[in-house]
Amino acid sequence: MSTWDPFVLARIQFAANITFHILFPTITIALGWALLFFKTRFVATGKAHWMAAYQFWVKIFALTFALGVVSGVTMSFQFGTNWPGFMNTVGNVAGPLLAYEVLTAFFLEATMLGIMLFGRGRVSERVHTVATWLVALGTTASAFWILALNSWMHTPAGFEMVNGQAHVTSWMQVIFNPSFPYRLTHMLIASGLTVAFLLAGISAYRWLRQDRGDDVRATLKVGVVAAALLIPLQIVVGDLHGLNTLEHQPAKLAAMEGIWQTQKGAPAVLFALPDQATRSNRYEIAIPKLASLYLTHDWSGEVKGLDAFGDNHPPVAPVFWAFRIMVGTGMLMLLVSWFSAWRLYKGRDLATWQARVLVAMTFSGWLALVAGWYVTEIGRQPWLVYGVLTTAQAASQVPAANIALTLSMYLVLYGALLTAYVRVVFYLARKPAVAERPLALTAATPTGGKAHEGAA
Amino acid sequence: MDMIPDLTQPAGWLPLAFAGVMALSMLIYVVLDGYDLGVGVLLRRADDEAQKDTMIASIGPFWDANETWLVLGVGVLLVAFPMANGVILGHLYLPVALMLMALTLRGVAFDFRVKAQASHKHLWDRAFYAGSLLAGWSQGFMLGGLITGFKDDLWSHLFSALIGLCLIAAYCLLGASWLIMKTEGALQLKAVRWAWSSLWLTALGIGAISIVTPLVSERIFDKWFSFPNFVMLLPIPLMTLVLFVLIGRSLRRLPVRLTQNNQYGIGVPFAGTVGVMLLSFYGLGYSLFPWLVIDQITIWQSASAPEALMVIFYGVVVVLPVIIGYTVFAYRVFWGKSTALVY
Repeated sequence: MSTWDPFVLARIQFAANITFHILFPTITIALGWALLFFKTRFVATGKAHWMAAYQFWVKIFALTFALGVVSGVTMSFQFGTNWPGFMNTVGNVAGPLLAYEVLTAFFLEATMLGIMLFGRGRVSERVHTVATWLVALGTTASAFWILALNSWMHTPAGFEMVNGQAHVTSWMQVIFNPSFPYRLTHMLIASGLTVAFLLAGISAYRWLRQDRGDDVRATLKVGVVAAALLIPLQIVVGDLHGLNTLEHQPAKLAAMEGIWQTQKGAPAVLFALPDQATRSNRYEIAIPKLASLYLTHDWSGEVKGLDAFGDNHPPVAPVFWAFRIMVGTGMLMLLVSWFSAWRLYKGRDLATWQARVLVAMTFSGWLALVAGWYVTEIGRQPWLVYGVLTTAQAASQVPAANIALTLSMYLVLYGALLTAYVRVVFYLARKPAVAERPLALTAATPTGGKAHEGAA
Repeated sequence: MDMIPDLTQPAGWLPLAFAGVMALSMLIYVVLDGYDLGVGVLLRRADDEAQKDTMIASIGPFWDANETWLVLGVGVLLVAFPMANGVILGHLYLPVALMLMALTLRGVAFDFRVKAQASHKHLWDRAFYAGSLLAGWSQGFMLGGLITGFKDDLWSHLFSALIGLCLIAAYCLLGASWLIMKTEGALQLKAVRWAWSSLWLTALGIGAISIVTPLVSERIFDKWFSFPNFVMLLPIPLMTLVLFVLIGRSLRRLPVRLTQNNQYGIGVPFAGTVGVMLLSFYGLGYSLFPWLVIDQITIWQSASAPEALMVIFYGVVVVLPVIIGYTVFAYRVFWGKSTALVY
C-alpha cells in the first residue's frame, strides 16, 4: 500500500495499546483479592503454607501491576493524541468519570502497593492487611469507573446535546447506564476466571515439576474451585449481557450471530465465513431456529438482521469470529474446571495429563477476555459513542508517518514485554521452592529501629 | 488584564482552580518522579551489584505512586482543558510517544531485574538506565516546546534538546540528593559527587529558560521587566541563586562530615533542590499564565463546561487531601536509610 490511512493506523495503535493494557489489570483486580484471601487464611489458621502462597503470588502481582501502571500511563495520553474529538464532544461526561478513577483508585492502589510489598516489618501486621485490602479495593474501584465510562459509550444515557457537546442531566443515569451492570459483572467475573486459571495453571506446572508442597496444593485447589464456580455464573451473566445488547445495540448482535437478513425463526450459526461483499455467509453450518429461541424465547421469533441497518453496522467477520473464540474458550473452561474439580473433590491427585491441560490453559482467561472485548468494541463501530459520535469524527490530524513510526515501536516493545512477562512468570514457578526467608510474619526484616535513627 | 473573566462566576474561577491543581500535580510529579528517574540515570555509575540494589531499594516503594502524579496532571489537562490537550499533545506527539515508551521500559525493568534469570539482570538494568534517561530527556524536550510555543525551526528544536539535557541533570541532582539521604558509606559519598557534577547543568538549564522565555513573547517580557514588576519579582531569581550557593556549600562540606560518621545536614541538598524546582516552576507559571499554549489558548478558552468541572472539583476537594495524607504516611513508613527489598 502506498499511502497509509492515518485513521486506520490510529485505530490499530489504540487497539494495540488497550489490548496490551487490559491484560494486566484483569489479573491484578482478582489477584489482589486472592492475595487478601491467602493472607487472611494465614492469619486465621496460622498455617505457613498460606503465607508461602502469598509470598509467591505477590511477586507475580507486583510484576503484573507494574505492567498495568506503565501501559495505563500510555492510555491517559493516547486519549488526547489519538482521539481529540472524543473529549471535545463528550468530555463533560468522560472527564469526571476518568478523573474519579484517578482520584479514588490510581493513587490508592499505587501508594498502598508500596506498603503492601515492602512494608512488612515497618508497619504492624494489621496495617499491612489494611494496605492489602486497599490495593484490592483500588483495583476494583478502577474497574468500576472505567467500565461506567465504557458502558456509557455503548449505551449512552443521562445527557443532552447542546451545541454539539454532551451535557450531563443525570449522573445516576450516566453511571448506571443500561449496559453497565451487565458489563461490570461480566468483566469482574472474567477477571476472576483469568486469575483462577492462572493460579491453577502455574500450580499445575509446579506440581508437574515435583514441587508439591502444601502451598502448591492449596493454590491449585483455590484456582480449580474458583474456576468451577465462576464459569457457570459467567455463562449466565454473559447470556444476560447478550440480551441487553440485543435490546440496545441490535446491529452488534446481528454481527455476532452472523445474521444478514431479518427473519423469523433465525438459525444459530455455528460456523461460517461472513462475506461483507456479498452480504452473506459462506460455508455456513447452522442449527435452524435456535437463535430465535435463545434471543426471543420463541422458536419463530423475529431477529433483526444486518440488512436492517444499511451500511451502519460493524465489520461482521471479526465480531463473528471473536465471539466464537470467546464462547469456545468459555466452554473449554467449563469442561476442564469441572473435570479437575471433580477429581480433587474425590480426594485424588490430578492425573499428569490433567495437570498438563491446566498448564496449557494458564492464560486462557486472556484469550477469552480479549476476544470478548473485541466483540463489544468492534461491534460498536462505526460509532465511538453509540449514536452520538463516530470514531472517524473523533480522529486526530497527526500525520500518518508519525503514527506508523510510533505504532511499530509500540508493537515491538509490547511484543517483547509480553514475551518477557510470560517467561518470567514460568521462571518464577521453576525457582526452587526453598524459603527465601523465614516464613513466619514476625521474622520479617527488623528495620524499625533504623527507620527512627534516620529520621533526624 | 481584560482576558480574565469574572472570577466570582464558576466559569471564571473553576478553570483557575483546575489550572492550580494541574500545576500542583505537575510540580509534585517533577520532584517525586524526578528523584527516581535521577536514581535510574545514576544507576550506571554504581560500583557493584550491591550499590545498584541499594539504589533501586531507595525508590522501590515509591515509584508507582510517583508516576501517578503524571497521570493526574495530564488527566486534568485532558478533562478540564480538552482543547488545549488536543493541541499540546498533537504538537508533542513524537516526544510524548518516546517518553511513554521510555517510562514503560523503566517501569517494568524495575520489576523484571530481580525476577528474571540472574543472567538477564544486567540487561534489565540497562533498560532501566536507558528508560530513565530517555524519559527525562523527552520531558525536557517537551518543556522546551511549551516555552517556544511549539515553533518548528532548528533553533527551537536545539533549544528543546538542550533543555532535555538540563532536565536530566536536574533529575540527577534530585536523585543524588535523595541517595545522600537514603544511603550510607561509599555510596553516600559517591552520591555527593554525583550531585556536585549535576549542579552546573541544572543551573544552565534554568538560566537558559529564564533568558529565552521573555524573548519568545513580548507579553512575557513586559510581565517581568516593566516597573514595578521587576523589583517585586527580583526575589525569585535571587532566592534561586542563594539556594544554589547553599546546595553547593553543603555538598562541599558533606564529605568531611560523612567520613566522620556525622549525618548532620544530609537533607540540605534535597531540600535546596526542591526549593530551586519550586521557584523555577513558579517563575515559569508566572510567565505562561493564563496561557496554556503561549499567546494562543488561555485556560478559560479551553475549559470544559462549568457543571462538569464542578463535579470533578468536589472530588478533588475531598480526595486530594486524603491522597496527600496517605502519601505522607507512606513516606513516613519508609523514612530513613533504605533497606533491602524483599517480599
